[in-house]
Amino acid sequence: MIRLFTRYFLQFILLVLIQVFVLNNIQMGGYLNPYLYIMFILLLPFQTPQWLLLVLGFFLGLSIDLFTHTPGMHSTATIFMAFVRPYALRLISPREGYETGTNPSLHFYGFNWYLRYALILVFSHHLVLFFIEAYRFSDFFYTFARVVLSTALTTLLIITIQFLFYRD
Amino acid sequence: MRNLLNILLRYHFVILFIVIESISVGILVQQNDYQHAGFFNFSKTLGSAFFKKTNALKEYMSLREVNRKLMDENTRLKNMLPSGYLMLDTAFKVYNDTLHKLHYRYISAKVINNSTNKQYNYLTLDKGKEEGIEPGMGVITADGVVGTVGAVSDHFALVISLLNRDFRVSAKLKKNNYFGPLEWSGRNTKTAVLSDIPLHVTIQKGDTIVTSGYTTVFPENILLGYVEDFWITNGSFYTVRLRLSNDFSQLEFVTVVQNLMSNEQKELEGKMKND
Repeated sequence: MIRLFTRYFLQFILLVLIQVFVLNNIQMGGYLNPYLYIMFILLLPFQTPQWLLLVLGFFLGLSIDLFTHTPGMHSTATIFMAFVRPYALRLISPREGYETGTNPSLHFYGFNWYLRYALILVFSHHLVLFFIEAYRFSDFFYTFARVVLSTALTTLLIITIQFLFYRD
Repeated sequence: MRNLLNILLRYHFVILFIVIESISVGILVQQNDYQHAGFFNFSKTLGSAFFKKTNALKEYMSLREVNRKLMDENTRLKNMLPSGYLMLDTAFKVYNDTLHKLHYRYISAKVINNSTNKQYNYLTLDKGKEEGIEPGMGVITADGVVGTVGAVSDHFALVISLLNRDFRVSAKLKKNNYFGPLEWSGRNTKTAVLSDIPLHVTIQKGDTIVTSGYTTVFPENILLGYVEDFWITNGSFYTVRLRLSNDFSQLEFVTVVQNLMSNEQKELEGKMKND
């Protein structure tokens, strides 16, 4: 239990640091900005209590907000994503359900499953985030294009990291 | 009662979601100045130490470019020195200049945090209240306008970048002084939009656009950019897209402009509005 806690705690810290010091400094034509930190919500085990999901989402978003001077922006998006997660898992569950002792990873459930899992959650996060950021619906298609392109980029990044580091 | 408890238990996830999301949205919309400054100061103490470290590295990597810019500016300033001019009338010497009164004072500062990838971009400077920086001052570089100071703490200043949808500046065409409001379109970090230019004005691609000096924030004739494209909106005005002269992803050292006469000007202009 303690080991599990330490492991997720370290992942939390590491993802926030990578986001703030590396990824937030990258920009591609003003359209694209990968938000890797939300991978933390994707990594959490199946048995995570639902209330904990929401609380973790809140603190994860808020810690990014602290560094980017955007109070409430990332936290609102990340809570929404945490809220979507149980429904997404139910929607794409394999016929036999999820086995005990496994984690939601590419290694256990395969590429197709993971791609759908990541796409749904990343999209729900980016949709909320970019529309809050734009603060209006007047540039709907422009903002929507940013959502779609950034979703593709973030998902690509998450899947690459799954391939490289989560082999077992 | 029992039914109510059952409903609460059954939908606890949705209810909890609504509660936490409300708190978060509350934080989001309560962005009046006081709370924003509070959040800013808190996140400042947290972030500034880290950013200073990472910035030291970035600074080292860009030394060559910084050197070149400093050389350029030095040359420009040397050209303005009195010793660069030949004194033709030796019988006449000026000892005390009473014709010119200091209007603008400049404070140099270093950028320690900067964003260009959002709709509302900000920069953080390493100087604040103690060094004389106040909200509302303009921020420029040798290449042009950067933004205006939005908030200050004791040792840091938060600057509203030109690449922020809240930023406005009064700009004009350098060659014929027709002016209009300039703002960022939010799409491309290299361009901005100048509107309300009358239709009888002749505009050409490549024309220089500078600050008008009508507000108390920026001096006159600070470079903003060059005309890239222009079109007619609503049949009565030109809208001009300009290529910004500053590269916002490369900002390192900036100059904060203090207008020593801004209070005097505002007071005078305020008198009219009171009547």
